[in-house]
Amino acid sequence: MSSIQWQFPRALEDEAIYILRETAAQFERPAILFSGGKDSITLVRLAQKAFHPGKIPFPLLHVDTGHNFPETIQFRDWLVESLGLDLIVRNVQDSIDQGKVKEETGKYASRNALQTVTLLDAIEELKFDACIGGARRDEEKARAKERIFSVRDEFGQWNAKIQRPELFDMLNGKINIGENVRVFPISNWTELDVWNYIREENLSIPSIYFSHEREIIERDGMYWPYSEFLNTTEEEVPFRSKVRFRTVGDMTCTAAVLSEADKLEDIITEILAAKISERGARIDDKRSEAAMEKRKQAGYF
Amino acid sequence: MDVLRITTSGSVDDGKSTLIGRLLYDTKSITQDKMEALQAASKRKGLDFTDLSLLTDGLIAEREQGITIDVAHIYFSTPNRKYIIADTPGHFEYTRNMVTGASTAQVSLILIDARKGIVEQTYRHFFIACMLRIPHLVVCINKMDLVEYDEARFSQIVEDFQQLLKGSFYENKTVKFVPISSLYGENVVTKTEKISWYKGGPLLEYLEQITFDENDRIHPARFPVQYVIRPKTEQHHDFRGFAGKVASGSFHVGAEIVSLPNGQRSKIKTIEKFEQQLPSAHAGESVVITLEDEIDISRGNLLVTPDAVPEGRKEITAQICWMDQQKLTAGKTYLLQHGANRIKVKVQQLHSVTEVTTNLVQEKTEMGLNDIGKITLKAAQPVFADTYAANPANGTFILVDEFSNATVAVGFVE
Repeated sequence: MSSIQWQFPRALEDEAIYILRETAAQFERPAILFSGGKDSITLVRLAQKAFHPGKIPFPLLHVDTGHNFPETIQFRDWLVESLGLDLIVRNVQDSIDQGKVKEETGKYASRNALQTVTLLDAIEELKFDACIGGARRDEEKARAKERIFSVRDEFGQWNAKIQRPELFDMLNGKINIGENVRVFPISNWTELDVWNYIREENLSIPSIYFSHEREIIERDGMYWPYSEFLNTTEEEVPFRSKVRFRTVGDMTCTAAVLSEADKLEDIITEILAAKISERGARIDDKRSEAAMEKRKQAGYF
Repeated sequence: MDVLRITTSGSVDDGKSTLIGRLLYDTKSITQDKMEALQAASKRKGLDFTDLSLLTDGLIAEREQGITIDVAHIYFSTPNRKYIIADTPGHFEYTRNMVTGASTAQVSLILIDARKGIVEQTYRHFFIACMLRIPHLVVCINKMDLVEYDEARFSQIVEDFQQLLKGSFYENKTVKFVPISSLYGENVVTKTEKISWYKGGPLLEYLEQITFDENDRIHPARFPVQYVIRPKTEQHHDFRGFAGKVASGSFHVGAEIVSLPNGQRSKIKTIEKFEQQLPSAHAGESVVITLEDEIDISRGNLLVTPDAVPEGRKEITAQICWMDQQKLTAGKTYLLQHGANRIKVKVQQLHSVTEVTTNLVQEKTEMGLNDIGKITLKAAQPVFADTYAANPANGTFILVDEFSNATVAVGFVE
C-alpha cells in the first residue's frame, strides 16, 4: 500500500470552510477549542482559509490540564505568535484549587475527565455560544452519531435522543439563552484525511508526532510516556526507546507507539499499515465500551 | 480524489450491517483492535459469530435494544475515492432518519433479502430515493447463499423491482442490480465462481466507476452569500468579499451577476480561495467573490447569473417530511431556512399526506412525526428557490420552530 500516494479529497475542505463560515455568521461568540493536537491544528488552518484575507474572527480556547507534553505547549505558543491568533487559557489546576473537581488517585489517575468542568466554567465565564472542536466521527462509535452543530444544554450535556436532524448542508444554530453549540467542521474526515491534509498543506505539527527517543514504561501491553505526572508501581521501570505519538492528549492518558517514522510520508505509510486504531492508544477510552458516550453526556466534546 | 456518499437503510435482518462490515473488512478499513473489540462484545452477548452491526450501533440504547436508532456515518477509502455511508434504520418510525441520511447521498443502496423479495421496507426506501431524486440507485439482492445462488430467484426479484420503476423517477435511468452474499463476501468486493452466471462485476467495482459531476454542469448558477469579509486592515483596506459555497452551476471572473432579492447587477472582479485567484468556481466549492461595484450585499443574499434568475415566491408549495414530535399546525408561523437565508412563513394549507409504502395520497388535516405530505406556505419575503426537480441544491429548505428552535421539517419545492 505504501507505494500509492493517497490524496486528500478537497471536497472535505470546502465543507469544513462552509461550516466555519456558518458558525461565524450564526453565533455571536464562537471559539476554537485548541489542544495542540493535529486535529485542532487542522481547524486553525481551515479557519485561516475561511476568513482570508480577514483575521480569524474568534479566539482559541485551551483547557490546560497541566499534564500536557511540554512540546505541545511550546508548539501552541509558537503557532499563536506566528499567526497572530488570540489565545485564552484556562487551567484544570484552578478547578482543583476551587474544590470543584478532585484529582484522581491510583496508577490510572488522569485529569482527562476533570477538564470538562474547567471547559464548562470557561464557556460560562467567557459567554461562548459556539465551541468549535476537531472531533471526527471515525474516531469512536458515539462520535459517529454526533451532529455538526451539536446543541448542549446549560450543563453542557449531549442528549443523543433529541438531536436535530441535519439535512443537505443546512445547519440550524438557533439556541435558547444558556444553551450552547459544539461545532465539528471535520466530522467527515478520517485520521488518514487529516494526515494527508497536513502533508499537502505543509503544516507544522508538534515534534512528538515524529519518532524521537523518550523514557517510557510498559503497562497493559502499551507504552506510556514516563513523567512526573504518571503514578507508577515498583515493577514499572522506565526505559528509553524510539517512539512517536499518534494522538496528543495528556501525558497520563496517551500511549506511544514504537516507531522510526520521522517524516510525514512515513507516518502515513505507518497508518495505512496499522493494526491498531487511533483511539486505541487513548487510555481514557478503554475504561468501558460507552466511555466516550458517557463523557459526552457530561459535557465533554 | 473525490468523495462518494451512499445512503443505506434497513434492519439487522437484511444483513445491512454485515454488508457494511464486509466493505470495511475487505477494503482493510477496520483495524485489529476494533475487530477484537467486536469479537469480545459479540461473545459477551452470547453470539457465536462476530456481530458487525456492533460496529455501527454506537449508542448505549442501540446496543441495549439491538437496533439502529440514529444515522451513523461510516467511512472507508480505496486508492480511487473516499466513501461516506450514511447508515439509517429502516422502520417507519425512523423515516425522518432515512430522509436525513439520504439528503446528501449520490447513491441509494437498497438491500433485499433474496428469500423474501420485495417487502414493505423496500417500498419505503424506494419512495425516499425517488422523492430525493438520488442520482444512482443500486439494488443489492443479499443472502444469495440462502437460495443456493439461484439465478432464477435473482431474475424474479429484478423483474418485480422493474415493475416499481415504471413511471418513477428512475424509469429511464440506470438501476443496478447486484446479487451478493455479504456474510460470505460473495460479489461484494471480489467476484466469485458461485455467482458466475452474473454478467456484471462485484458491488465495489460498480461503486468505483460511478460518475456524477456531469449532472451539475446543467444546473443554473446559485451562490448563497454566507458571510461578508471586510478585513479593514491597511493592506486590504477596501476589500469586501462575499464568502460562500457555490450551490449549483458555475461562476466566472468577468461575468455579470444579479444579487437577490434587490436585483442589483455587477461583474465578478475576482474569485478567491485563500491565497489563490481562480478563473471560475463550480458547485461545491467554498470561495470568496469580489465585485466591480459597491452594491449592498449581506448574508442571505443569493448571487445568480442574469440568464437564469429564479422567481421570488411568496407562496411556496412543497413536499415536506415532518420531523418533530409536535404535529404541524396549520396557521402557525415557522422560520424557513433556505441556503443562508431565514424567512418567516405561515402554514397556509395542508393538502395531503402520502402513504409511503403504497404511494396512496390522502387528504388530511393533520401531519405528525415521519409523515410525508404536501403543504403551501405563505412567506413574509420572497424566497428565491428553484423547484427541487429542476435544481435540487436550490430547491430545499428546512422549517425551524420559533419557540423550541428545533428543525421540524425538510421541504422540497414544487
